Amino acid sequence: MSAELHDEVHRHPAPTSFIRKYIFSVDHKVIGIQYIMLALAAVLVGMTMSLLMRLNLSWPGTHWPILETLFPTGAPQGVMTPEFYLSLVTMHGTIMVFFVLTTAPQGGFGNYFLPIQIGAEDMAFPVLNMLSFWVTLVGFIVILLAIFVEGNQALGLWFAEHLGPSFSGGSGTVGPIGGWTGYAPLSALGKIAGPGQGAGMNLWVISIAIFCVGSLLGALNFITTLLNMRTKGMSLMRMPLTCWAWFTTAVLALLSFPVLLGGGILLLLDRIAGTSFFIPSGLYVSGLLSGTNPNFPLHTGGSPILWQHLFWFFGHPEVYIAILPGMGATSHILATFARKPIFGYRAMVFAIFAIGLLGFFVWGHHMFISGMSPYSAIAFSVLTLSIGVPSAVKTFNWIGTLWGARIRFTTAMLFALGFVSLFVAGGITGLILGQSSLDLPMHDTYIVTAHFHLVMGVASIFGMFAALYFWFPKMFGRLMNENLGRIHFWLTFVGVYTIFVPMHIMGIVGMPRRYSSFAEYEFLRTLHPLVMLVSVAAVITISAQLLFYFNVFWSIFKGKKAGDNPWEATTLEWTTATPPPHDNFAGVLPTVYHGPYEFAVPGAPNDYVMQTDVGAEVPSGNGHNGHKH
Amino acid sequence: MGRVLAVIIWIITLLSVLLFVAGKWWFPEGISQHAPALDRQFLITIVVVGISFTAAQVGLGWMIWKYRDTGSASDRAVYTHGSNRLEVLWTVITAVIFISLGVMGQSVWASLRLHDAPAGSYTVEVVAQQFQWNFHYAGKDNKFGRTDPKFIDDGSLNFIGLDATDTAGADDAVTSALAIPVNRPVELRLRSKDVIHNFWVPQLRFKQDLVPGMEIKVHFTANKVGKYELACAELCGQLHFKMKSYMLVLPEEEIQQLQGMAQEQFQAKMLELLNKYPLPTYR
Repeated sequence: MSAELHDEVHRHPAPTSFIRKYIFSVDHKVIGIQYIMLALAAVLVGMTMSLLMRLNLSWPGTHWPILETLFPTGAPQGVMTPEFYLSLVTMHGTIMVFFVLTTAPQGGFGNYFLPIQIGAEDMAFPVLNMLSFWVTLVGFIVILLAIFVEGNQALGLWFAEHLGPSFSGGSGTVGPIGGWTGYAPLSALGKIAGPGQGAGMNLWVISIAIFCVGSLLGALNFITTLLNMRTKGMSLMRMPLTCWAWFTTAVLALLSFPVLLGGGILLLLDRIAGTSFFIPSGLYVSGLLSGTNPNFPLHTGGSPILWQHLFWFFGHPEVYIAILPGMGATSHILATFARKPIFGYRAMVFAIFAIGLLGFFVWGHHMFISGMSPYSAIAFSVLTLSIGVPSAVKTFNWIGTLWGARIRFTTAMLFALGFVSLFVAGGITGLILGQSSLDLPMHDTYIVTAHFHLVMGVASIFGMFAALYFWFPKMFGRLMNENLGRIHFWLTFVGVYTIFVPMHIMGIVGMPRRYSSFAEYEFLRTLHPLVMLVSVAAVITISAQLLFYFNVFWSIFKGKKAGDNPWEATTLEWTTATPPPHDNFAGVLPTVYHGPYEFAVPGAPNDYVMQTDVGAEVPSGNGHNGHKH
Repeated sequence: MGRVLAVIIWIITLLSVLLFVAGKWWFPEGISQHAPALDRQFLITIVVVGISFTAAQVGLGWMIWKYRDTGSASDRAVYTHGSNRLEVLWTVITAVIFISLGVMGQSVWASLRLHDAPAGSYTVEVVAQQFQWNFHYAGKDNKFGRTDPKFIDDGSLNFIGLDATDTAGADDAVTSALAIPVNRPVELRLRSKDVIHNFWVPQLRFKQDLVPGMEIKVHFTANKVGKYELACAELCGQLHFKMKSYMLVLPEEEIQQLQGMAQEQFQAKMLELLNKYPLPTYR
């Protein structure tokens, strides 16, 4: 079709004004960097919140003067209240899952590198791409607003006056109380249900709904671009594994975000329009019976479990939305610095697909003890265990890639290796939590916290660290400082293990998550040394991230200049200039002749054959596995 | 660099495994009939998890240790795109192990959840509300008095909305702690007045949400007399962490005594029993 169509639709002249070039840009590369900057800002907020949580758990009752200044109600005399703590839990989870783990891996690196890696000039819909970022940014501003509306009395009052009583804020928290899952009816009842349930919860729901829209726009764009705009010779099985991961992630986002969007709108209606999607009849909250008081209108017929189904139908694929791009980046970087073709390319592609597909049939494992049918729990449980199979296949192939390799230990490679280690450590406990029987003691304890932080949080972040150290020279024309990068790696790698391994033990002992204090319970006393260990490790690990921030911003301006292909890599992003021109390939789209990871080809002059290298003899000719030589 | 990373991965693996096998921190002693089977399933699973975790980390470390870049241009990596035989092999092996574990993991669940409580079970209605547990006992007549949300009045201590006109409720008792008989099946009928709560007693190896608008029936058999802490394990609001109560597992005669008592006596007796039984000692 489409040579002409391409030209017409996609070729837009390079912008000249500052605003069009760097702010309202339609260039996928600028938008990618904008997403990464958004994630870097969001992760700072989310991380600060986790620091505060650890301070509260390990040193309760301590006066933190800065908190007294910032949150005179939420932390009177600088001491955190239980509701302040719970709002930290909620906002930490929400900001991390949505604005960090869903933005940088896909909107950030995917946006920047998917078009270049398939040899396209831009995304299929550049304006839509710009919109997806700005919509997401609005979502972020709204969630930040929740902090101030709940944390600041005057602002809270102003909101109540101008937007109605359901928007009353100022309850002395930094947002709503509900965890990132926002279970109804706590999240649906409004301010009658306690602090943070007014303006904070409304803004939380609105922010997530806006985020869903932004992600949907992005997902459409990724899918269309990948299917329609691959350059000549770039067959599907010659795509880098990153592209497969971004593509699958986009499909997951396209199918799951609408469900959350729908659920979010229904929840908002329950909150501000008096509907009863998630609120059953006969509730008695804070001394009031539903329907007997203007502050608590009559509700009837809703189902709290419906919210959980809608939420987790999105929420479980979301886990893979966060981790798949990290898997892609890890595969890409492992092959590059192993100087070896990826082991089992085809199996890797099938595994990504299998994970994506199965990911839609396991949401019920979050709900074993929710009151849903015990028979469906059995189905969800067995399906959940089977999702471990493609995950294990990926791990085997990563280790297979390292077998017989000639590993170059760059910082990017260290983080990619760290990803493999952490993915195994975090993923393997899914074998415990996925069993309905074992969920009886394990549900909502710290072993769950440990499991998902390792696998979806830290492993994904390691994938992104690897990606940033790896692609930074292409994006900014300068290398990040390797020495700082290594120190950052060592501290973070040892740090996250020290934080999250002991949490498994806490869960086995029975420590419930989302508790602002454990002082009430005798059976948890014995865990005190572990709680302290985790907090100290968290303070050190979080501080170590300052090195990373310094490295990023220092290197943008002062880093060592990078050539076009500093890592001697093979894929298309390394065939073009550094940083790439506005249309990526300066007017001539590349033609692809080889698979993505042709390293160590016998007889080739270098130990790597670029995908565009027309003269090179490559035995298999493409990325297929299983060839006998 | 590579060797350091390999060694660090191995040390982390060793320390992690040690933390689990050290035995300093583990489940509190189980007190339910299904606890031994559940603990056994957990043990089998964690052994599989431990072996897989160790094997993967040791293998990863070994590759990192062994296959470093030598810096020589002529010394190249092994050129291979993989092996279909290996792919099939490790897919089948992991599938067999993981899915078998998953199927085995259903047996305790099935024994507890796929059938109703046996006849003659001791039944208690549990009504949770923000930061408080209410336990409703049927009294001598073994019949629960009718409840309706419209009669709920926390101010006059009618926490669960007992209908004063229903004579079945005249001998009922409502307390903030749970008393159940030892070695006899117990059925709990779980309800919530406001938001979702969760009934969690670590020693029971048992957890269940209490969902507003639903009555969820669960059953189990406790087999050790004593006093145990009962916690809420589903985020329910500001004072979630303080939504605590106790579960007393009592000899049959003490349960019989309680059953014959009306509200005030019942409460006084519960206080006495709560003082009588100490909490288990924890290491």
